[in-house]
Amino acid sequence: MNLHEYQGKLLFAEYNLPVSKGKVIFDAKNAVDACNEIGGTKWVVKAQVHAGGRGKAGGVELIDSPEEAEAFAKRWLGKKLVTYQTDKEGQLVNSILIEECTNISKELYLSAVIDRDSQKIVFIGSSEGGVNIEEVATNSPEKIIYQAVEFKDKSLPDHAKNIANVLKLNDEQTNQFIPMIDNLLRLFVEKDLSLLEINPLVINSSGDLHCLDAKVNIDSNALFRQPELLEMHDETQEDPREAEAAKNDLSYVSLDGNIGCMVNGAGLAMGTMDTIKFFGGNPANFLDVGGTATQERVAKAFKIILKDPNVKVVLVNIFGGIVRCDVIAKGIIAAIKEVDIKVPVVVRLEGNNADVGAKILSKANIKIESINSLSDAAKKAVELAK
Amino acid sequence: MSILVNKETRLIVQGFTGSQGTLHSEQSIEYGTNIVGGVTPGKGGKEHLGKPVFNSVKEAVDKVEPNASIIFVPARFCKDSIMEAAEAGIKLIICITEGVPTIDMLDVKKYVDNVGVRLIGPNCPGVITPGEAKLGIMPGNIHLPGSIGIISRSGTLTYEAVKQTTDLGFGQSSCVGIGGDPIPGSSFIDMLKLFEEDTQTEAIVMVGEIGGTAEEAAAEYIKDNISKPVISYIAGQTAPAGKRMGHAGAIIAGGKGTAADKISKLKECGVHVADNLVEIGNKVAEVLKTN
Repeated sequence: MNLHEYQGKLLFAEYNLPVSKGKVIFDAKNAVDACNEIGGTKWVVKAQVHAGGRGKAGGVELIDSPEEAEAFAKRWLGKKLVTYQTDKEGQLVNSILIEECTNISKELYLSAVIDRDSQKIVFIGSSEGGVNIEEVATNSPEKIIYQAVEFKDKSLPDHAKNIANVLKLNDEQTNQFIPMIDNLLRLFVEKDLSLLEINPLVINSSGDLHCLDAKVNIDSNALFRQPELLEMHDETQEDPREAEAAKNDLSYVSLDGNIGCMVNGAGLAMGTMDTIKFFGGNPANFLDVGGTATQERVAKAFKIILKDPNVKVVLVNIFGGIVRCDVIAKGIIAAIKEVDIKVPVVVRLEGNNADVGAKILSKANIKIESINSLSDAAKKAVELAK
Repeated sequence: MSILVNKETRLIVQGFTGSQGTLHSEQSIEYGTNIVGGVTPGKGGKEHLGKPVFNSVKEAVDKVEPNASIIFVPARFCKDSIMEAAEAGIKLIICITEGVPTIDMLDVKKYVDNVGVRLIGPNCPGVITPGEAKLGIMPGNIHLPGSIGIISRSGTLTYEAVKQTTDLGFGQSSCVGIGGDPIPGSSFIDMLKLFEEDTQTEAIVMVGEIGGTAEEAAAEYIKDNISKPVISYIAGQTAPAGKRMGHAGAIIAGGKGTAADKISKLKECGVHVADNLVEIGNKVAEVLKTN
């Protein structure tokens, strides 16, 4: 689950990390008051969306009057911001962060992720901040450090110094940086993060380290023990169909093809998409209906798939393991009747009691193509989608 | 021979009396697995499915001498359950539960490695040695005792590979689902090592998916250490970058871990790659014919 920048910075502040004085507004009429409360004569206004690349897209501005903040808020609130990281629809802006202006003398990069290879939390640092870090990684890998760390490890200050060297920090900045790494790691572990990125981490005109941005992603599996973070969830930043699927405990990702897919298991769902593509078709979605393909879940899955107007045919591919195929077949028939599906449905059932399931499907008085082989089922779906 | 589990396996079930624990234990017993008891705190002294229930793993170890444990407890309790089993001296722990927080797994993985415990999962279908023991949630009836070792990050995708090798008459020595999480207890390499040593296994099927670099690391390992033919399939060839596909593992971040990367690395290291999911069985047949 992603957080907005302003939410990330609230967490940063809670962990004694240096962030700018700022205020978030949800209504343009509060812009002037917010600026006055922050004080000063220059501010930065930042549209809050779950995507990077906001600056280039016009979503971040430097202003020198509170009225400009109001104008910026009026311009963006309720609108969608399109950046190179969003899709072509863009992301809805429903809050604006107003901050005091920071004078920057140098921009650095710092992030932390869980590294699958070392099975540790790894900090990634670079002296080249504020830019596309992937480009730095490709073009000048020597400017990037990957430092594995462990929580409550005595060597953490040494690890922090290793990063500070690559960031080319002076002694005073290094002294600020060591507790900063300690705080970031505590934040990462205690709040169950899966990603934390500060791009840029800056050195301001007084020579101090300062977090100018905050990108925070939380491990969805841990939200049960992070109730205050769960409350920060902003559903408007997600595809509405994906959000609805998540509510129903289904895993759905919309894609741009016209063959709807309903599969049990994430791996098999991807394998099914690949098979469709292999035979010249295009999947409209990824959907994992889960281990227990009951009538209720299948019906919900059909509803979500069919909200996509591009879908011309639905391919159901279920490997019946623990739940028998005859039970699944009955569930599919009932779900098709319940949802009143107009497009053709191709069903491939395999596994436990597959032949009985196929018989039930073929005898049902509705339009279903029941095909036992996955290749034939995929070919049929591709043909029907043309 | 086989790997990890066989007729001698004495299994306990953690989360025995819950709905998942009950359903899958019933099916495992029916398959012939030697379940010697279960653990549900607060229900010790009772009997469930004709087996004794204990309050703790320690108590089960003292009374019925299990050598393996399977875990069905809810995700939030998995860390404690795995640690409890490891501390009680169980050397093989299989965690089926999906949704264990990654931060928990960092601690768990370090711990089990230090004490020399083999952990499979979490978020996996488990391990089966056809005809001998089923420690997991896979449908037993699609398996056939035989010569192919199967390793996979995914559940139902494993069943596809199993079904295809059964239909062609090869059967399986053992099948292991290592799970799709970012920090799995065991890796492809751990299992490749075991299948290489297993005399019953003639060829290995490795089913991977996009995300991470586990398949690339396995490919390097295969090149230098595995003499048996390895057949692989990678799911997610059509998944768009940056989109998370259900499994926590199946996300392509920063252009790393794409199917194309994995496939070219595997081929470079001498692995036989099936282009398509439906071709896994045929690829095995083709490779075994030429070997």
